[in-house]
Amino acid sequence: MEKVFGRPEALQDRVYSYCPGCTHGIVHRLVAEVIDELHVREQTIAVAPVGCAVTAYNVFNCDCQQASHGRAPAVATGIKRVLPDKVVFTYQGDGDLASIGTAEIVHAANRGEKFTVIFINNAIYGMTGGQMAPTTLPGQKTTTSPYGRDVATTGYPIKMTEMLNTLEAPLFLARVSVHDPKNVNLAKQAIRKAFDAQIQGKGFAMVEVLSTCPTNWGMTPIEALKWVETDMIPTFPLGIVRDLKEGA
Amino acid sequence: MAQVKFNEERCKGCELCTSVCPKKILKMANRYNSKGYQPAEIIDQSQCTGCASCARMCPDVVIEVYR
Repeated sequence: MEKVFGRPEALQDRVYSYCPGCTHGIVHRLVAEVIDELHVREQTIAVAPVGCAVTAYNVFNCDCQQASHGRAPAVATGIKRVLPDKVVFTYQGDGDLASIGTAEIVHAANRGEKFTVIFINNAIYGMTGGQMAPTTLPGQKTTTSPYGRDVATTGYPIKMTEMLNTLEAPLFLARVSVHDPKNVNLAKQAIRKAFDAQIQGKGFAMVEVLSTCPTNWGMTPIEALKWVETDMIPTFPLGIVRDLKEGA
Repeated sequence: MAQVKFNEERCKGCELCTSVCPKKILKMANRYNSKGYQPAEIIDQSQCTGCASCARMCPDVVIEVYR
């Protein structure tokens, strides 16, 4: 018998720090599988965020740099401009990318920086204890919105993919989910395209991945996958919103 | 003929694999690993088609699939 599924080389062989059932692990694996398929592990530099994925350098089996909170796109800009032959990607959560790092991601996208962004949207701050994030759904209970997010005082979920789609420069923008095996496959295809866009030297690419936080959502991991499908996807619709590979 | 292998020490007992198995042949074992989690296991290897849905949903790369 032949091994048809196992740990990709671009993932370290160790226990990851995530809670049971957290889909960060799935997304890490998809990114690693794409790095392996493209045979670029030796040229790849990951930029880790602040958040649950802060120790991404203990997960990815490639060179890594950890950035200050929200500043991963600025750090990646520097790395990619100095080392244009390297494959550079950031891996950021919503508290990192959509809150404190909003300026960095918008301007990196607007400049068309040639790196890839993997954006994990789980509608909450995970590492710090389940506070409301910019992506928290209206009415969603968090430790800082115990009666549910009140849109009258805290606004609405920020749709980063659609927001970046108003800019001229980005090449590839997509939102995917990992709540079932079919969507895991679709997510991997999108991540592959986002790395292809960079490797062909064409421009900025971001994949937003809807992810779960069973611990801070107060759900079992299986309930959390269902909640992505029933509650998150209606607010954050899936799909490739921009793919300028052909033509532009 | 297919086979799935679980690295039980890495399993965190999240049960995502059991929820997506089309043959419903995965369950949580009645024992604990050294971290105190009940790991997933396969109850009927002969029915496994090697589709790897379980492995794709596993956040901790516990599962290897052979066919």
